[in-house]
Amino acid sequence: MNLSLYLWQRGTAALMAPMVLVHLVVIFYATRHGLTGAEILGRVRGSVGWGGFYALFVIAASIHAGIGIRNVLAEWSPLPERAAGIAALAFAIVLCALGLRAVMAVAL
Amino acid sequence: MTDKSDVLPELKVSVWRGGADGRYQDYTVPQRQSQTVLDVVTYVQRHLDPTLAYRFACRVGMCGSCAMTVNGRPRWTCRTHVTKVVEHGKLEIGPLENLPVIKDLATDMTRFFERWQQAKGAFAPTQTRDDPIPAIKPDSPARIAANAAIECINCGVCYSACDTVRWNADYLGPAALNRAWTLVNDARDGAQGERLAAVAARGGCHACHTHQSCQAHCPTGLNPTASIAALKRRTVTAWIAGEIAR
Repeated sequence: MNLSLYLWQRGTAALMAPMVLVHLVVIFYATRHGLTGAEILGRVRGSVGWGGFYALFVIAASIHAGIGIRNVLAEWSPLPERAAGIAALAFAIVLCALGLRAVMAVAL
Repeated sequence: MTDKSDVLPELKVSVWRGGADGRYQDYTVPQRQSQTVLDVVTYVQRHLDPTLAYRFACRVGMCGSCAMTVNGRPRWTCRTHVTKVVEHGKLEIGPLENLPVIKDLATDMTRFFERWQQAKGAFAPTQTRDDPIPAIKPDSPARIAANAAIECINCGVCYSACDTVRWNADYLGPAALNRAWTLVNDARDGAQGERLAAVAARGGCHACHTHQSCQAHCPTGLNPTASIAALKRRTVTAWIAGEIAR
């Protein structure tokens, strides 16, 4: 891993640390208050705040996981580093697309 | 004359014989008080099989040449007492891992020392013998940081114990990076930019997974993981300041 990948991974980790806490609080809140899917959608649909929060979360997670997968593939699989990078990039793009699609489905 | 109290049960010792495709061979060695693993290996060579190849020099934990894998862990054998590591009367002694085996217990250390060169582990002088000796305050932060990492004996134990070395062929390894960190803290050195660039490149300090095996196994009690973590921080600072290429 070079310095720029290291910074991206650590930077996205620093960004996600508080976001994970917020996400957990949201989960506990929703389950403890017995919110139904429809009630949750009623609160988050059209919300720029929640949509932006989770879109940023998805992008950060995709970058972070992509770099991690690249390292795992480069170190543990027979793939050469360049091929590991391409495979990890493809994984990150798919992860980001699926995540943003889910965010759009509930926030738009 | 041997004191009867010195005679202990015999040791069953398995020693690696051959190159990479070799195998463990069993020997029976008399156990003694205050016996080191190096004593056991020496007994095998001098009394049981003179063709056994191994490496040692000082016998007192200074030269770093006698490291081997003992019961699955890399150790300096001259300072490892048999009683501390023996398991059910058995010892398994093999060559260091992560290095090519030349023969028996002797490994080829070339790769290990090449990493030191790649990490710019050589001091780059900036002055001549005619210049006054620069004063380095013992209590300065840089000197304290260098002091904490400087007593490396180049034994290769950390390199053998490191998972990242095992998985990443480009990784410089704990010893080379630890050495680089001592020089980063040397105010007299004139190759700081090159060194920071070398340790920030592919296979450098950022490849470390912080498993801390180097710290756990270092026979002299150093903490290369801390040195590598410090290099990570220092290279980021240097990168932001534009001291190393982006």
